[in-house]
Amino acid sequence: MTSVSAAVSAAAKPASGAQQKLLAFASLIVLLVFFSVASPNFLQTSNILAILQATSVNGVLAIAATLVIITGGIDLSVGTLMTFCAVIAGVVLTYWGMPLPLGILAAIGTGAACGFISGSLVAKMKIPPFIATLGMMLILKGLSLVISGTKPIYFNDTPSFPEISTGSLIGQIVPAVPVPNGVLILFVLALVIGYVLNRTVLGRYCFALGSNEEAVRLSGVNTDAWKIAIYALAGGICGIAGLIIASRLNSAQPALGLGYELDAIAAVVIGGTSLAGGRGSILGTMIGALIMAVLLNGLRIMSVAQEWQTVVTGLIIIAAVYADMLRRRRAAG
Amino acid sequence: MTHLVEMTGIEKHFPGVHALRAAQFDLAPGEVHALMGENGAGKSTLMKVLSGIYQPDGGAVHVMGQPVTIHGPRAAQALGIGIIHQELALMNDLTVAQNIFIGREPRRSFGRLDEARLNADAEAIFRQMNVGMDVRAEVRSLSVARQQMVEIAKALSFRSRILIMDEPTAALNDAETNELFAIIRRLRSEGVGVVYISHKMDEIRRISDRVTVMRDGAYVGTVHAADTPIETIIGMMVGRDLETVHVDIPDLGAAPVALEVRGLCRGRAIRDVSFSVKQGEILGFAGLMGAGRTEVARAIFGADPREGGEIRVHGKPVAIRSPRDAVAAGIGYLSEDRKHFGLALGLDVRANIGMTSLERFRSALGVLDEPALERTAKNYIGTLAIRTPSDRQEVRLLSGGNQQKIVIAKWLLRDCDILIFDEPTRGIDVGAKAEIYRLMQSLAAEGKAIIVISSELPEVLRLSHRIAVMCEGRLTGILPGGAATRQEDIMHLATLRPETARMATTKDAIQ
Repeated sequence: MTSVSAAVSAAAKPASGAQQKLLAFASLIVLLVFFSVASPNFLQTSNILAILQATSVNGVLAIAATLVIITGGIDLSVGTLMTFCAVIAGVVLTYWGMPLPLGILAAIGTGAACGFISGSLVAKMKIPPFIATLGMMLILKGLSLVISGTKPIYFNDTPSFPEISTGSLIGQIVPAVPVPNGVLILFVLALVIGYVLNRTVLGRYCFALGSNEEAVRLSGVNTDAWKIAIYALAGGICGIAGLIIASRLNSAQPALGLGYELDAIAAVVIGGTSLAGGRGSILGTMIGALIMAVLLNGLRIMSVAQEWQTVVTGLIIIAAVYADMLRRRRAAG
Repeated sequence: MTHLVEMTGIEKHFPGVHALRAAQFDLAPGEVHALMGENGAGKSTLMKVLSGIYQPDGGAVHVMGQPVTIHGPRAAQALGIGIIHQELALMNDLTVAQNIFIGREPRRSFGRLDEARLNADAEAIFRQMNVGMDVRAEVRSLSVARQQMVEIAKALSFRSRILIMDEPTAALNDAETNELFAIIRRLRSEGVGVVYISHKMDEIRRISDRVTVMRDGAYVGTVHAADTPIETIIGMMVGRDLETVHVDIPDLGAAPVALEVRGLCRGRAIRDVSFSVKQGEILGFAGLMGAGRTEVARAIFGADPREGGEIRVHGKPVAIRSPRDAVAAGIGYLSEDRKHFGLALGLDVRANIGMTSLERFRSALGVLDEPALERTAKNYIGTLAIRTPSDRQEVRLLSGGNQQKIVIAKWLLRDCDILIFDEPTRGIDVGAKAEIYRLMQSLAAEGKAIIVISSELPEVLRLSHRIAVMCEGRLTGILPGGAATRQEDIMHLATLRPETARMATTKDAIQ
């Protein structure tokens, strides 16, 4: 027992982040194998596409949350911000009858603006990220209900709107794999943000801020401005999630959104991003989001009751955070 | 020859503290200029002014003969001023090269990073320093000494002509220190001016050309390192204008030993520390910051694990593995950080006094006997003269001195008869200090054994019946209290490094 744990911790020392990612990936494979054996329906193309479709919204939100969490912060407002952006898109497209591109711009722009506000609260007013984004979460939930008059806004006047999520650009080229656009958006976004994190100045400062903010400041970097930029980028990504979910439902549902932030954070954590900041990856977050979707889908196919699905999700989150704690303790010791 | 830096009449106030009083400093090209002084003398503050971290409230700074205002770290960098902080300011999750060029990453279009150039530039700096380094390694994986090299490389990457090093060898072993000194000498020969802050006397003699001494935020004087005896420098550091306070040292010849520590060890922090305290005795612990005094206290109290050593209380060996064990043995520890470790600031006086003794005030069902708690709290408010409107007052609303008394009451109620005070008067004003001193003296007179850790030498001299001095984890000597001991004697022991320690003992033996 001791020798095993010693061996594990010795192996974990040099690249514990990579190890956690590997662990997450292995868990995903195990889940896939398990459910394929347990149910013949699981590996059907239609089911795989359903899993991916179900991942798209949570995956996009989790990418946004990853950026903020790597800086050592947290964003609790991603879920209600997504809804708020969907409602704004509804206002622009349905109430005002503007063309589709303007609606898309409005949703993403609103997200970025709200992220800018959250970032300013954290960076300039020094409000702890948990509190600042908790406040934003409630404000945005309320505003969504106020603006929409608590009723869904339908996109019936914009016939091409559902195409954003449910159409299939890939399917038009390769009819055999009708991957929905929502999933395509998720994967393209993951590639882009993965590149931004690892190859650009903004990404470098994400890791640097999460690693030692004071040191970055003493190096003459305008840490406040970068932090605000990172929150704004995360907000813009929430706007994209808002478009995907509104397009799938062909409506902006103002009551939706609460609880999505926790699913997103769960995906991030399961994917091996440290809540303490400084470490994390988009690849890990994608695996984390897929694990959650596969788990829920598989349990549903096996006819496990909805309430038990929730219990299992909770257990997975605790296990993942515990793994994160163990990893940090090893890194410290 | 134009000086690289000239600082004159620098003033700096912090809330409640006059940190710099007309401080001055200058630095010539190609010299290593040591800046010395006791803890809190203002060395680091002065250098933070020079590197743009603090803005001075008055005075003038000239760099290369030009008057300048240094608005921030970036402005300092532009002037060629690099600083290596006491606590290393590195990002552990980034690579060596990424750390060196943080904020100045070579970029391509659209904010994309040019990682290849980043690494090549970093490699070039280490080649120039003549140090082998894998610039792609994560900083987390490097030893502290190697991290120090990264800090130096970072400072050099700004083409710094002025390099400030704040206690650079604090975490280095002798071989690593030699390596660092070789780099400093090479920089000096290239005309770089180095400001070297350190407590270690022998290092100052080895590396520096001139020494400037500060005391209480003010300039004391500048001397040549080569031809000035260490005693002179120590004299400048401690000053001679302090009146001697008479200490009544009780005759403890027949008093039983309360606490005995033998061969206490923990890594580099505590090396083979042995001492004993008698009932009714106040044992002072003096030493410079990082000498290991707090570490010794925490090890005795069970707050940190110890690697070796025996602790005896009233002659019996006790196994202390946690603070719980220590309290059970009658040892109380009053942390230097009252607000974090000593008190629940949002709770009232009564709750805080009873905090560690609640077991005694509860019924079988766990209901607290509030009337008894109230009586006890009021009793201590009376005997320790705690100034509070009532026992229900929130502790955060009381002054530092009264907060300290509440911590004392807490441990007295817990029947602790060995009390370890860590910086007991930090953040307490002068009047309240005298009161805390009197309280500690009367506790000793009642037969409690008291250990006082203090960075203020006058405090140690005023209270202690005997004075233990530490340096770099070792107990370098135990001096008698009272008029027999001068501050210079303590400073001498507090700066004794191992090689000089042996010589000192033989010299003492001859005398």
